[in-house]
Amino acid sequence: MLKINNLHAQVEDKEILRGINLEVKAGEVHAIMGPNGSGKSTLASVIAGKEEFEVTEGSVELDGEDLEEVAPEERAHKGVFLSFQYPVEIPGVSVTNFMKTAINESRKARGLEDMPAKDMLKMIREKSELLEIDRKFLSRSLNEGFSGGEKKRNEIFQMAMLEPKVAILDETDSGLDIDALRIVANGVNKLKSKENAVIVITHYQRLLDYIVPDFVHVLHNGKIVKSGGKELAMELEEKGYDWIKNEAVV
Amino acid sequence: MAYTEDDLKKELETQEYEYGFYTNIESDTFPKGLNEDIVRAISKKKNEPEWMTEWRLDAFRIWESMKEPEWANVRYEKPDFQAISYYSAPKKADPNKTMDDVDPELLEMYKKLGISVDEQKRLQNVAVDIVVDSVSVATTFQKTLAEKGIIFMPISEAIQEHPELVKKYMGTVVPKTDNFYAALNSAVFTDGSFCYIPKGVKCPMELSTYFRINEGGTGQFERTLVVADESSYVSYLEGCTAPSRDENQLHAAVVELIAMDDAEIKYSTVQNWFPGNKEGKGGVYNFVTKRGLCEKNSKISWTQVETGSAVTWKYPSCILKGNNSVGEFYSIAVTNNFQQADTGTKMIHLGKNTKSTIISKGISAGKSQNSYRGLVQIGSRAENARNFSQCDSLLMGNECGAHTFPYIEAKNKSAQIEHEATTSKIGEDQIFYCNQRGIDTEKAIALIVNGFSKEVLNKLPMEFAVEAQKLLEISLEGSVG
Repeated sequence: MLKINNLHAQVEDKEILRGINLEVKAGEVHAIMGPNGSGKSTLASVIAGKEEFEVTEGSVELDGEDLEEVAPEERAHKGVFLSFQYPVEIPGVSVTNFMKTAINESRKARGLEDMPAKDMLKMIREKSELLEIDRKFLSRSLNEGFSGGEKKRNEIFQMAMLEPKVAILDETDSGLDIDALRIVANGVNKLKSKENAVIVITHYQRLLDYIVPDFVHVLHNGKIVKSGGKELAMELEEKGYDWIKNEAVV
Repeated sequence: MAYTEDDLKKELETQEYEYGFYTNIESDTFPKGLNEDIVRAISKKKNEPEWMTEWRLDAFRIWESMKEPEWANVRYEKPDFQAISYYSAPKKADPNKTMDDVDPELLEMYKKLGISVDEQKRLQNVAVDIVVDSVSVATTFQKTLAEKGIIFMPISEAIQEHPELVKKYMGTVVPKTDNFYAALNSAVFTDGSFCYIPKGVKCPMELSTYFRINEGGTGQFERTLVVADESSYVSYLEGCTAPSRDENQLHAAVVELIAMDDAEIKYSTVQNWFPGNKEGKGGVYNFVTKRGLCEKNSKISWTQVETGSAVTWKYPSCILKGNNSVGEFYSIAVTNNFQQADTGTKMIHLGKNTKSTIISKGISAGKSQNSYRGLVQIGSRAENARNFSQCDSLLMGNECGAHTFPYIEAKNKSAQIEHEATTSKIGEDQIFYCNQRGIDTEKAIALIVNGFSKEVLNKLPMEFAVEAQKLLEISLEGSVG
């Protein structure tokens, strides 16, 4: 589904990704872990198509199509979703209005009519229940005055609404208390299917207790230095990242 | 008014000013220049009574002794007042104005402007007066309104038919001596709307005037007078467009509102005069004086969406004379390319327990300059006066400017005045966030701008809110990347 080949990317002449190889197939959950500054968020941004980052070598393919020339909104239409580490505020635009616009833009790209209001409401009701979101919350301005937990829950609510093929969750666990973490993880698990894939970016093993990965990759200095099954996450939790750093040096 | 995404897309594709066309109608246009004879000739053309002619001449003499104001934060080449024609009228505008024998070219123009003059196919619940260049060419629903005793007609007709009302109120809120442009307008105004709502009557429909400058080399000087008698209510809306021209055209209007005891006037403007082209050539100079007088327990609410004009200079204000009266000002001013706007309000608190609210949203893009200028004045007898002001600016790009000039003068210790101001920039992060959700940049900007303007858009009559929203999007297209 998603294939990353020897990906190099830089921002303002500073190379951050130095040859990433990763293949994510439908139905799989991959976890990407690594210390601060290892390039995790950059990888997420590059997959989503943020222009600030320049791809200097390699490629990102979705279903066999090279995404290099594909604009961020078109990537979204094709099913790439990024749950942001720091979701931005858009004052005066309600969560509902934002979702309505996003869904209809994607439908338009696929040659479909706007979603009828009735269907939209039904979908909003179902998905907000899934994430235990209070309906009042949906009429508030997007992310304005939201607590950290509310922001993250809202990201996953959007994921539920947009039904992406590949969802990248960038530190979705940060800022969540244990109850919120469980709700968010439950939501993600329910959205998981044989047709889609999830990439979880995280520092800690905590989230992976709830969203169980098929593969764990450790990113260090812009490269995947170690891959394994879910037990690798446990090992990391135990030994810390220094173990990986030392191993990388050796 | 079903408005689909497709409509929006189509509009976003049209990069030019939509109303920039010129309609070839035979016009009766005065020679250029301004002197007492021209003032007399305008008055004669309008078949005005002696008192009106004298009033104009007096204003002209006052104007001659005045200087063009310089204090606004705008730069422009001063208009040559001798190079403007002060009267231009479509020749075939029938004075009796039955729709059957209106010049088909004129009808075609209305169609292009999206105005329905056919009362059968009317825009629901809106009575319209249409002013092209210097004259009113059509007024709808006069009969329906007359049944309630409401007078809604071109001011030139009102001078003939209701001279006692016009004489009593005209110039009482904006005196001839008020300022340079108000004096000029008083001397040469040619048409505009007059509206009178009798005691206790709630006007059953929106009243609206549509202003159109069509002829080149002319200026438009209209005058609007709205009088709401005791305990009455009216909602009034004006819209404005002009052809795209290389030259700068002058629009100097005066609007006076009078809200008597317990009356309420809601006055909304959607101003979309030609803003000039992308290089800053041409466009309308919009120098307007708007003011309302509030008697006891009355309320005046100004709402404006300003997207057009090369230069705007305009401060819709309220004189809160009566105790417990309320003044409101809700404004969205958008400037793009080389546009300049200096706009805001004055809230003059004279009565006790008077309240005012100011919400101003300035959006600047391109190389434009957008200034908010407001005065909150609390008189010595205005016990317990309250004001709340909020001025928000939104910037797009690095070459535009947003400025806020709030003035506060309080002479009564019991006054409560609050002022809040914010400046923000549409960030790349916001745009990328929208992009990531499948929303393209143009649409993302529209979404962010609409969110920013929501508090004010919500104040517009429903029929026009969609229109205004659309206008905001069009005005800002092409302003990013």
